Amino acid sequence: MSLYKYASPATFYPLAGKMVPWFAVPAVILGLLGLYLGLVVAPTDFQQGEVYRIIFIHVPAAWMAMFIYLVMAMYGVLALSFNTRLSAMMMEALAPTGAMFTVIALWTGALWGKPTWGTYWAWDARMTSTLILLFLYVGYLALINAIEDKKRSDKAGALLVIVGSVNVPIIYFSVKWWNTLHQGSSVSVAASPKMAAIMLWAMLVVAIACWMYTIAVSLVRVRAIILEREHGRGQGGHASAWVADEFSAEKGVAGS
Amino acid sequence: MNWGDFFSMGDRAFYVWGSFGALAIAIAVELVLLRLRARRINAEIKQELMAYKLKGGTR
Repeated sequence: MSLYKYASPATFYPLAGKMVPWFAVPAVILGLLGLYLGLVVAPTDFQQGEVYRIIFIHVPAAWMAMFIYLVMAMYGVLALSFNTRLSAMMMEALAPTGAMFTVIALWTGALWGKPTWGTYWAWDARMTSTLILLFLYVGYLALINAIEDKKRSDKAGALLVIVGSVNVPIIYFSVKWWNTLHQGSSVSVAASPKMAAIMLWAMLVVAIACWMYTIAVSLVRVRAIILEREHGRGQGGHASAWVADEFSAEKGVAGS
Repeated sequence: MNWGDFFSMGDRAFYVWGSFGALAIAIAVELVLLRLRARRINAEIKQELMAYKLKGGTR
């Protein structure tokens, strides 16, 4: 079946390379547009003044931190049930970016908390569960790097991420389940948003830019991961035949 | 609005620019690390293929 064809690293490697600019270019354009909308067009908040503008980074980063983890968990299910190597490689490619967005969500939350709540950090339900999310990302990366055998590290990593995914709904619903420091959601699917339309738009544009960035970066990273795993796998200790073909097609470096 | 007001962010410059700046730094670091990783494995594979050719391999 054609879908299986794209699950093969040899087919996906060149395809991923071709897809990168289709995500990288929109990421830059939407990122700049989002900054302009958030920092210049959106008005000053009548309660919080200018400091609320942190929302344009904080909320998209927190969304990405959770979404990327769920995407990794989905790849984890694929990796375990169909034994597809590429799914495990995609998990490995997404994890560093997910960890990065989690750090940004925590950092910007601290910088927003100090002037509005009077503290950088509290052991609030949402903050604590987000910190656990960061530990899950870091733990996953540490685990797969600690196990030499790739088949075993793929399985162990997938299992860790799937089990850890119970944390994501806890983060999402934490502001409803526990009445601690973090405020409730400003945007929800069910109700109309509690913020001005331009603010919502700025946030959505930044969020889409973050998605495009994540896809572009993961595609570049998965290409590196594919090569790292193909390294020395072919006969006589050189890279597999398809890698050799791929490299001789590029600028003739390997073929010259 | 003038540039002074823009950068002072209503006396909340540290918090606002500390947030936007952190994202900029995080993205820059991620891109640099990714570039180094891609370059290293590309160089290794090229070397590997070169060595194979010198030994008389046909690819």
